[in-house]
Amino acid sequence: MTTDTAVIVRNLRRRYGERVVIDGLDLTIRKGEFVALLGESGCGKTTLLRALAGLDPVNGGQIDGPKQPAVVFQEHRLLPWASLWENVTLGVDTAQGRKQAEAALGEVGLAGREEDWPRNLSGGQAQRVALARALVREPQLMLLDEPFAALDALTRIKMHVLIRELVARHRPGVLLVTHDVDEAIAIADRILVMRNGGIAASYLTADIAPPALRETLLQELGVESDSRAA
Amino acid sequence: MTIELLNREALKPTVQEHIPRPAATEAQLQLLSWAAPVAILLAWEVASRAGLIAPQVLPAPSSVAETAWRLTVSGDLFKHLGASLLRAAIGFVIGGAIGFALGVLVGFSRVAEASLDRSIQMIRAIPFLALLPLVIVWFGVDESGKIFLVALAVLFPIYINTVLGIRQVDPKLLELARVTGLSRMKTIRKIILPGAMPSILTGVRYALATAWLALVVAETVATTSGIGFLAMDAREFLQTDVIVLAILIYAVIGISADGLARFLERKLLAWHPNYAKEGRK
Ligand SMILES: Nc1ncnc2c1ncn2[C@@H]1O[C@H](COP(=O)(O)OP(=O)(O)OP(=O)(O)O)[C@@H](O)[C@H]1O
Ligand SMILES: [Mg+2]
Repeated sequence: MTTDTAVIVRNLRRRYGERVVIDGLDLTIRKGEFVALLGESGCGKTTLLRALAGLDPVNGGQIDGPKQPAVVFQEHRLLPWASLWENVTLGVDTAQGRKQAEAALGEVGLAGREEDWPRNLSGGQAQRVALARALVREPQLMLLDEPFAALDALTRIKMHVLIRELVARHRPGVLLVTHDVDEAIAIADRILVMRNGGIAASYLTADIAPPALRETLLQELGVESDSRAA
Repeated sequence: MTIELLNREALKPTVQEHIPRPAATEAQLQLLSWAAPVAILLAWEVASRAGLIAPQVLPAPSSVAETAWRLTVSGDLFKHLGASLLRAAIGFVIGGAIGFALGVLVGFSRVAEASLDRSIQMIRAIPFLALLPLVIVWFGVDESGKIFLVALAVLFPIYINTVLGIRQVDPKLLELARVTGLSRMKTIRKIILPGAMPSILTGVRYALATAWLALVVAETVATTSGIGFLAMDAREFLQTDVIVLAILIYAVIGISADGLARFLERKLLAWHPNYAKEGRK
C-alpha cells in the first residue's frame, strides 16, 4: 500500500450463513478520492461498508486500510446526553479537544453551538455534527452509509456542497453508499455499481457528461430511463 | 372605503369576544388546590375545640403544632429526626451500592446473570417485611437490624432498574463506541451509564419510597431513638398529639424524598426531553 491510497480491498468475501453477500470483491480508494457506491437494495453495500469499518467480521480476503476509519451512519447517532462539542470529540483524546470541536463545528456551519444539546438540532444540523465528528479525527478513510437519505431535497443539496468542500480540504478517501444516482453524480469522483457480490462497473464522473452518465447508471441498476420521455 | 373601515371597527369587539379566555390562571388553580385541605384542617380544629372529637382519639391541629414547637425547643425533635434520617441514609447507601454493583455486573455479563439473577429474584419474591421476625432474631433490636431492613428494601429496585437500563442502551450507540475507538471503560462511562441513567433514577425514586416504608416498620419494632420511638413512646402514655406529629413527620420525609428524586432527575437528565425545562443548557 502506497502512502497515496486510503484503502485496498482484495478478494473480499462475506456471507451470512449459506448466503454469500460479498464474493471476491476488489476495491481501491485513493486519499482525497470521493467514491460513490450504487447498487440495488440488498446487494450488500452496507455489508461492505461495515466490513471496512471493522464492525463485522469477514470470511475471506484482505482489507488493507486504517484500523479506525471514520463512519457516518444514516442516522446521526449523537449521544443525547452529551453536548455537541463532547459528541464531536468522542474518542479523541487530546488536550485541545474543545478547540478542535469548535473548529470542526465551525466548518459545518454550527459555530457557537458547542454547548447545545443534540435534541435542539434539526435533522440536517444533527447530520452536520455527525460529519464534524467524523472529520475531527482527520481520517484517512471516511465511510458514509446513506447519510443524507433522511434529509429533505433542499438540505441534501446544501449537504452535497458542504461535504465536497470538506473532503477537498481534509482529503480523506471517501466511500459513500447512496440510492440516489443524481447525488452520486453531483458529488463523487468515481461511481461504482455493486452487483452479484462484487464491483460490476466503475465510472469516472469527469469522463462522461452527467445526463449520459445518469442514463447509463440507471440502466446498470435495472431501471428504465425516463429521460427521453421527459 | 369609509363605510368598510367603519364596518371593520364595528366588527372588532365581536372578534375579541371569540378569543377563548383561560378559565383560571395557574396561580388561581394552585390556590384552589389548597382550599380543600385547609378547609378540612379548619373543620377538624373546630370539631376538636367544640369537644366533638376526644383529644385522646385525635388531637386538634393546634395542639399538634404546639407539641411540635415544644419538641423543637427541647431539641428532642431534631435528635430523633436525625437518628431516623441517619438510619435511612446508611441503609440506602449500603443497599443502593450493593444493588447498583450487582446490577452493573449482571447487566454486563451473561455469566454473572446466569449465576446471580435467579437467586436475587428469589429473594426479591419475599416481601421484605415478612423477614422482620428473622431480622430481630439475627440483629436484636439495635441499629444494624433497621439498617439491614432499609438496605434490603433499597437493593432490589436499584438492582432491577440498573440491569434494565444497561440492557436497554441503544445498540447503535454501542456501535458508535466501536467506530470511534472508545475503550471499554470510556464506553461504560460515556455511553452505557448515561444511557441507563433514566432507568437507574426510576429505581432510586422507587427505592426511596420503599426505604422509607422499611424505616417506619423497623422503627416501630423496638428502638430508643428515632421518629418511630417518639410515636411508640407516646403510645404508652396515650399522647396522641405526639403520635400524629410523628405520622406527619413521616409524611414530610416521604415528600422530601420524592422531591430529592425529582431534583436528581432534573439535574442528571437535563439532556432528556422528558425532564428538561424549555430551552438550552
Ligand atoms: N445480520 C444479517 N443476517 C443475515 N443476513 C443479512 C444480515 N444483514 C444483511 N443481510 C443480508 O445481506 C444482504 C445485503 O444486505 P445489505 O444491508 O448489505 O444491503 P444493502 O445493499 O445495504 O441494501 P440497502 O440498499 O437496502 O441498504 C441482504 O440480502 C440482507 O438480507
Ligand atoms: Mg444499506
